[in-house]
Amino acid sequence: MNLIEARGLTVRHGAETVLAAVDFTIRAGEIVTVVGPNGSGKSTLIRALIGLERAAEGKVTRRVGLGIGYVPQRLHIDAALPMTVARFLSLPRRVPAEAAARALEHTGVPGLEDRQMSALSGGQLQRVLLARALLSRPEILILDEPTQGLDQPGIAGFYRLLEEVRQETGVAVLMVSHDLHVVMSASDRVICLNGHVCCEGAPQVVSAAPEYRALFGFGTGGALALYRHDHDHAHDPGAGHHHHHHDHVHHPSPEAENA
Amino acid sequence: MPDDFLIRAGLAGIGLMLAAGPLGAFVVWRRMAYMGDATSHAAILGVALALATDLPIAAGTAFVALAMALAVTGLSGRGRAADTALGVLAHSALAFGLVAVSFLPNVRSDLSAYLFGDVLTVSAADLVWVWGGSALVLALLVSRWNPLLTATANEELAQAAGIDPRREKLVLTLALALVVAVSIKIVGALLIAAMLIIPAASARALSRTPEAMAAWAVALGAAAVFAGLWLSLSLDTPAGPSIVAASAGIFVLSLMPSRRAR
Repeated sequence: MNLIEARGLTVRHGAETVLAAVDFTIRAGEIVTVVGPNGSGKSTLIRALIGLERAAEGKVTRRVGLGIGYVPQRLHIDAALPMTVARFLSLPRRVPAEAAARALEHTGVPGLEDRQMSALSGGQLQRVLLARALLSRPEILILDEPTQGLDQPGIAGFYRLLEEVRQETGVAVLMVSHDLHVVMSASDRVICLNGHVCCEGAPQVVSAAPEYRALFGFGTGGALALYRHDHDHAHDPGAGHHHHHHDHVHHPSPEAENA
Repeated sequence: MPDDFLIRAGLAGIGLMLAAGPLGAFVVWRRMAYMGDATSHAAILGVALALATDLPIAAGTAFVALAMALAVTGLSGRGRAADTALGVLAHSALAFGLVAVSFLPNVRSDLSAYLFGDVLTVSAADLVWVWGGSALVLALLVSRWNPLLTATANEELAQAAGIDPRREKLVLTLALALVVAVSIKIVGALLIAAMLIIPAASARALSRTPEAMAAWAVALGAAAVFAGLWLSLSLDTPAGPSIVAASAGIFVLSLMPSRRAR
């Protein structure tokens, strides 16, 4: 059963086309990861799927009454707004104190209830955000680069936690990620995005696809090597936001030419 | 036993703060201070309109304030150019209001009552209007408290939870226009924004949750009303500015580091 589906989704910011004719579906219980270089429209895709971006063309369909647990890329709570962790977990719907305590325990930050949101470290904040997302008992978790600002053990722990949660609750997970090595092992399906869908499929298929290698380099060491490079990697200097005009291929085939 | 006019003035002030406290908290959280200015300055234009058309002052004020608030909401969030546009709107609304009022006979002498309020002449009918309007705003805010708060904390989280941030913004815009219309008699068009922002800003240091901050804003605003009225009586100073001055004094006290709750 499709939880969210996009057909021919095109999003424009002013004159710039950020996403072009993207087809997307996610089914119950699936873990789907979106990868792509900076400025490739990953966050825009997520935002469009949630309904935060208007589709210029095409259509996004969310199953009626779909419960979404959203973990944004960054959460900035203005210092002018006093907010304890406990209060934040009850936005917008009140949750019992025990449930909140259990959720915090579950995500590895027990006992933070009385802390101010603005006083949390990056790692604590991500876990509190995940706790809040889980408290609404969602059918799908949507995470936009959830491990930004976490250290290596923190990243590994965070993905382990996600996997656990999926096994316990059967929640579908859609995430944007830079952590390619983990992505490759933890996802059912990977979508490589660069303004359009470059390639899509099982992690092994995508990591072997020429479109993917064109974007992330030609390293033979597999995803781990790619991961070490991807933060400072620029495959096309000065054109970070440009549309890459290599062939628009949805289903990679071995014959496809290297870009 | 204080005089009747003083009791009415105190009641009017408390009535105003019941709405202005929580709404002021939102104004502070959402950094809408400039919007408060623009909306309240437009109120003078509303006064002129009402006087020229024999409408009740409050209706004219509410109408123009709402129009201005909507215009400003439309402009906000469009980057730096909007800041300039807001400045243009706010000050020209005030200027046009003042010019328009000057064309009307017999009003010129009363102008300061609209600019700075005339809380000591509040009538029983005014009281009904102030409390009615305030109760309406308070009911609106309380009934939508959680969606409003979620949209204020983070628009994306709100949207993902099925809340439309634009609708919540509209609710606040409406509330703002109503509060401006309600308070013009009490603190006047120039100082309304002060009673939205200063008590809420003072409440920040005492609060750990949004609800506590809204409640403290009401309490500190009411305290400022009493202190201001007392100041006005004992020193023979204008009541509206005295209330705002008292509020500013409370704000300075709230900055004392020992009481800071972080």
